[in-house]
Amino acid sequence: MRFWGGIDVGSLSADAVIIDEEGRLLGHAILPTGRDSREAGSRAYAGALEAAGLTPGDVVRVYSTGYSRARVREAEGAKTEIACHARGAHALYPDVGTIIDIGGQDSKAIQVGKGGRVLNFVMNDKCAAGTGRFLEVMAGALETPLDHLDELAAQSTETLTISSICTVFAESEVVSLISQGKKPADIAMAVSRAIARRTVGLATRVGVSGRVVMTGGVAKNRAVVDLLAEILGAPVDVPDEPQIVGALGAALFARDERG
Amino acid sequence: MTEFQTFSKMKELMTAYYFEAKTTKEKPIAWITSGAPVEFLFAMDIIPIYPENYAAMCAANHQSVELMEAAEAQGFSQDICAYARTDFGADILQGGPVGGLPAPHFLLCSTNICKTVIKWYEVIARKYDVPLFIVDTPFVHDGLTDDLLEYTVAQFKDLEQFLARITGRPFDHEHLAEVLRLSQEAAAYWKKILFLARTVPTPINSLDSFIHLGPIVTLRGTQGCVDYYQALYEEVAGRAADKIPSVPGERYRVLWDNLPVWFKMRRLENFFQERKCALVVTTYANSWGGLSNYEDEEMADPYRLLAASYLNVYINYGFEERIRYLSGLMDEFSLTGFIMHSNRSCKPYSVGMYRLQEELSQRTGRPGVVIEADQNDPRVYSDAQIEARLDAFIESMEAAS
Ligand SMILES: Nc1ncnc2c1ncn2[C@@H]1O[C@H](COP(=O)(O)OP(=O)(O)O)[C@@H](O)[C@H]1O
Ligand code: SF4
Repeated sequence: MRFWGGIDVGSLSADAVIIDEEGRLLGHAILPTGRDSREAGSRAYAGALEAAGLTPGDVVRVYSTGYSRARVREAEGAKTEIACHARGAHALYPDVGTIIDIGGQDSKAIQVGKGGRVLNFVMNDKCAAGTGRFLEVMAGALETPLDHLDELAAQSTETLTISSICTVFAESEVVSLISQGKKPADIAMAVSRAIARRTVGLATRVGVSGRVVMTGGVAKNRAVVDLLAEILGAPVDVPDEPQIVGALGAALFARDERG
Repeated sequence: MTEFQTFSKMKELMTAYYFEAKTTKEKPIAWITSGAPVEFLFAMDIIPIYPENYAAMCAANHQSVELMEAAEAQGFSQDICAYARTDFGADILQGGPVGGLPAPHFLLCSTNICKTVIKWYEVIARKYDVPLFIVDTPFVHDGLTDDLLEYTVAQFKDLEQFLARITGRPFDHEHLAEVLRLSQEAAAYWKKILFLARTVPTPINSLDSFIHLGPIVTLRGTQGCVDYYQALYEEVAGRAADKIPSVPGERYRVLWDNLPVWFKMRRLENFFQERKCALVVTTYANSWGGLSNYEDEEMADPYRLLAASYLNVYINYGFEERIRYLSGLMDEFSLTGFIMHSNRSCKPYSVGMYRLQEELSQRTGRPGVVIEADQNDPRVYSDAQIEARLDAFIESMEAAS
């Protein structure tokens, strides 16, 4: 048996996968990137190997992606996140037309054509509004763990609005809503809506067509996903593990290289 | 940067220029915007000083942050063009590569590049208590009209009287004709140099042209400027004939829209070299070729010629004209894609850019990317973010090829 690896070292998480000849996922790992991105990539890769019950010697080739893709020790080649998310999402959903990927520092909308080919893409401008980082800051202000933000939002009964785009201003809006005695659940919902609306703006610019798939860490937030679907007026599919789609794409590129 | 032998001559030329400006006892000094009709100044032996050029030098020397902070400490908002802030700071601290600019006797400002310059020059006029002459060059929405030309020409005539008053002697029309000829000649060489980039592979890339802009911006209208660009033209033409590429292994040929990122020249150069991507043509460097666009017969009246040239700059015309011009460049220079620098400093250059990108991609079928940066303020620039976008763009050119 032959195996391939993909490592995605992003601004917040380092994700790795191992696949086989058929592109089946044999193991994966998700770790915080931390300060040393090179080390994080290696640890994630080791984690994925362990999960797959393999050793580095079993792997034919590794590709990397993500912000720190050039720093990944194990990788023989590198591709951008755009190409990798498109490739990975296409492998999971062959009829995908639009991908929305929200990671820690970037959000992007990608239009995908036949074979997972990138037709067009747009990314957020340089500010962190509308990215995962925004949600983290708001979760902090609400003193709620990130992975509970959507459960909290689900209990919302009153509609509130966060009007600032800027993460710093939005945080102070949240703080003042808290001090006005507004319910954390309603604030969590407002925060989720803010990010969803911003993302829809991005997706509309690239053009929404075909099946819509969401990838990246923020896809783990059900509230954001549901709001996106509601505003877009179209279902939004989320893979079982949305955070490793980029790494999966990288592994598929590694497999498809000859030799 | 491509190693042109002529480069050392440019350094000499620019050093001599700043040296004369800093030491002259006889000649008056005028601060002037990059798109103002400098020919009138040279005609009266006035030394023009370009704060924009100086600001760019400060940024390229990695001195702009300190200077901008000094300006911001005096209350200038971070939303003001970084050229203005850099120059305010250079003036406050007498800083930058030549230790501040020589004090002006008067100011000449033209609105064809932006409206920021009006307020900017008003600040300087107040500070030095000197007169400010504004040439109002209206926005060209759809084509040059007689009204636009006449309105501008009338101001040139006022400018002549203004200069006569300042210098205490009659305006020298003969000298103006001579200066104009030199200015046109330099612009013609500049344009010919830029057009050599139509050669595949290109012998000169846009980062080179940004570096070599100095004399055409500051010294057009002088013999030294003509000689310099003639020499550079010959050198680049030789390389074109010998097929010496400025980016070895050139695979992608790209247009750059808007100003350069002065503080990232080296890094971007390496970035593009590694990816075998040549920046081939820019709307920015092209702006200084304008004076050579008109045939003598067509524009026999020198005033109308000057008016047409200074009105007809890329950043002073509307969307339709921009898109037409850009599409033309895409074909003429055999480009594979385009990069649009949405420049936080330069609003008039960046407004409508996303729409422009869509439209240009659609019309040409070639990919383009918008990057958000600034020509002079490193504090709003992120290497990782920008390079992620540029890499994705290069991948899409690869996919399209
Ligand atoms: N369990 C979770 N629930 C909700 N959001 C999450 C969860 N895990 C991560 N996120 C969000 O995902 C973001 C990180 O996404 P990721 O795709 O890993 O980013 P990057 O690729 O930039 O490292 C975080 O900023 C956070 O907002
Ligand atoms: S960079 Fe733009 S805003 Fe700044 S002075 Fe030049 S034209 Fe005006």
